[in-house]
Amino acid sequence: MSGIRLLGTAVATCALLAIQSPAPAQAADSVEVLHWWTSGGEAAGLAVLKQRLQQQSVTWRDAPVAGGGGGAAMTTLRARITAGDPPSASQMLGYAALDWANEGVAADLSDIAAKNGWDAAIPKALQAFAKHDGKWIAAPVNVHSANWIYVNKSVMDKLALPVPTNWDEFIALLDKAKAAGVIPIAIGGQSFQEANLFESVLLTTGGPAFYKKAMVDLDPAALGSPTMKTTFERMTKLRSYVDPNFSGRDWNLATAMVIKGEALLQNFPDSAKGEFNAAKQVAGKDYLCLRFPGTEGMVTFLTDEFVFFKRGAGALDAGQAKMAADIEDPAFQSAFNVLKGSAPARTDVSDAAFDACGKKGIADLKTAIANDTLLGSIAYGYANPPAVQNAIYDVVTRHFNGQITTDEAVAEMPKAVAAAK
Amino acid sequence: MSSIERDRVADLPAKGRLALPDLQNLLPRLVLAPSFAVLLVFVYGFILWTIYLSFTNSRMMPTYQLTGFDAYQRLWGQPNWYMALHNIAIFGILYIAFCMMLGLLLAILLDQRIRAEGAFRTIYLYPMAISFIVTGTAWKWFLNPGLGLERTLHAWGWTSFHFDWLINTHMAIYTVVIAGVWQATGFCMAMFLAGLRGIDGEILKAAQIDGASTWATYRRIVIPMLSPAFLSAFVVLAHMAIKSYDLVIALTGGGPGNATELPSTFMYSFTFSRNLMSVGAASAVIMLIIIAAIIIPYLYYELRGRAQ
Repeated sequence: MSGIRLLGTAVATCALLAIQSPAPAQAADSVEVLHWWTSGGEAAGLAVLKQRLQQQSVTWRDAPVAGGGGGAAMTTLRARITAGDPPSASQMLGYAALDWANEGVAADLSDIAAKNGWDAAIPKALQAFAKHDGKWIAAPVNVHSANWIYVNKSVMDKLALPVPTNWDEFIALLDKAKAAGVIPIAIGGQSFQEANLFESVLLTTGGPAFYKKAMVDLDPAALGSPTMKTTFERMTKLRSYVDPNFSGRDWNLATAMVIKGEALLQNFPDSAKGEFNAAKQVAGKDYLCLRFPGTEGMVTFLTDEFVFFKRGAGALDAGQAKMAADIEDPAFQSAFNVLKGSAPARTDVSDAAFDACGKKGIADLKTAIANDTLLGSIAYGYANPPAVQNAIYDVVTRHFNGQITTDEAVAEMPKAVAAAK
Repeated sequence: MSSIERDRVADLPAKGRLALPDLQNLLPRLVLAPSFAVLLVFVYGFILWTIYLSFTNSRMMPTYQLTGFDAYQRLWGQPNWYMALHNIAIFGILYIAFCMMLGLLLAILLDQRIRAEGAFRTIYLYPMAISFIVTGTAWKWFLNPGLGLERTLHAWGWTSFHFDWLINTHMAIYTVVIAGVWQATGFCMAMFLAGLRGIDGEILKAAQIDGASTWATYRRIVIPMLSPAFLSAFVVLAHMAIKSYDLVIALTGGGPGNATELPSTFMYSFTFSRNLMSVGAASAVIMLIIIAAIIIPYLYYELRGRAQ
């Protein structure tokens, strides 16, 4: 009997040695993190987390799968989970965390959340994407909002018009820019960028109540309503302010057009700030961050979060627990989000370290929470699940590229959504 | 057979020696068995699995609850799917036709015992060595009116030049054809060149003596004799056309709008980014049926013809 046990131990030791041999002398705890934060500010932000964990003698094993939207990373994750070899943690967007919780593979973070006051500090709208059956299954890192416009200040000064606060002023500004020989709107013809513009226009046209009814509750009447028609008409109008070569352009190239002064503005989440920072542009001095005209005090949000996977016994291991607690540490939230250009997911973090845009982002978030105008972004998959989100993309992108008329788009919207549900 | 084996065979009693032909028959099968088994599981096994999944309601992960033809109904209700089928018809026909025509033309020209043939052959074959992503990205820059050809010609003074296919929803699919043809033509050329070199010179001489013109020689003798090369080229190009994915993703990303959606991009998007795995599986099954409908009769016809 003891002989067998000894043999078993020997085999297990050999197996362990075989597994561990590439990484010499591992610390007691380690975390393997799947993510796609490989560029500029994102990578710098993640390095902060990595250092903090290493100070607590947790080894960080990086598992980056590049590709901005994370599509490739999610495919990798699916394969690894199916094969029974999940990473310790993975970056997640939108409904993915809830989907994995449904599959029963996401670890419960409720104990850590209770200890660190997540319930009080994290907005309810974000909790909807981080809690499943009343249990915390994800740790939100940040809040981005999609209804920003980033404006080149020197071009704006030349046009000598006030900051637009409604649709008519916005059109007047765009007309003047066009007359001055500047491309009014910098955008890339990729469906998510077009959807970003669509959601801003929808919000300014219909207001938060309509946004919720049409895009979150997916009410068929609202989807085919006259307000929707106005939204599409306005999209057609905005299409006339876009340069002809926008097809397939990546968003960061569109940002570069604003930085260089070739274009007046871009409607994009705060990720655009990373590009401005990299070009040594100063918020408030070289560029302005404004809310899309008519959406002041409203925020269409997206959030990055980390999901931790059950490994072995099912409970969190020490490395995972330390990482989860660290992510929601106010000091980390501030350091990370200053670098990434987003607002902290916790509302109790000081805005002292942030630039003008960061401070406005944090203040706007508080206003939106107070007014109940914090809405999930359509373009980034926080208003509805991926099937519906992409069905909306299909209609918006075909309309924006002139493949279908406004009337066809309004007629197709409720049908496309119903078919995807 | 190694010498040791031969010795063993010699040592065998008479009865064993009788079994030898069986062993000789068996050996190739034994050697092929592992790869055959792998093929069986990973190709045909997964084909069956995909067919099964297309009858379920799988969303993010596979589920095994059968729901009938629901996924197929959803598939045929998608405007993008019709666009994808429309595009694969245009792309497939033009891609195969142009690759073969240009490949044959280049092969015939290269076959004229020209100087530095090796260098030309390498130049024409090189695009094949480049990945589709690189091809797509290079052509995306080249064809973009604001960056590439059009801008350069404008800068050189030809300001009336206009070429905006890449950003035109009606013409974008043809840019995919251009990039694809550029990449695969050299490969077709190599196949046809090998075929041309395999033709017996005596036949051509005989034709010449009989007074056949060059045109007639090619039309009546050379091209018919190349039919095995045509078959190989067709089979290779047809499956390359239907599985084209990375080229489109790099060149146009499926846009503008959905103007360059192909069945492959449709399948990936529904299976992996839209979490409608059953619809993705159904589209994969339809793709399989389409390719089978084209290839099987062609193979049958060709193989039967050769057997006779």
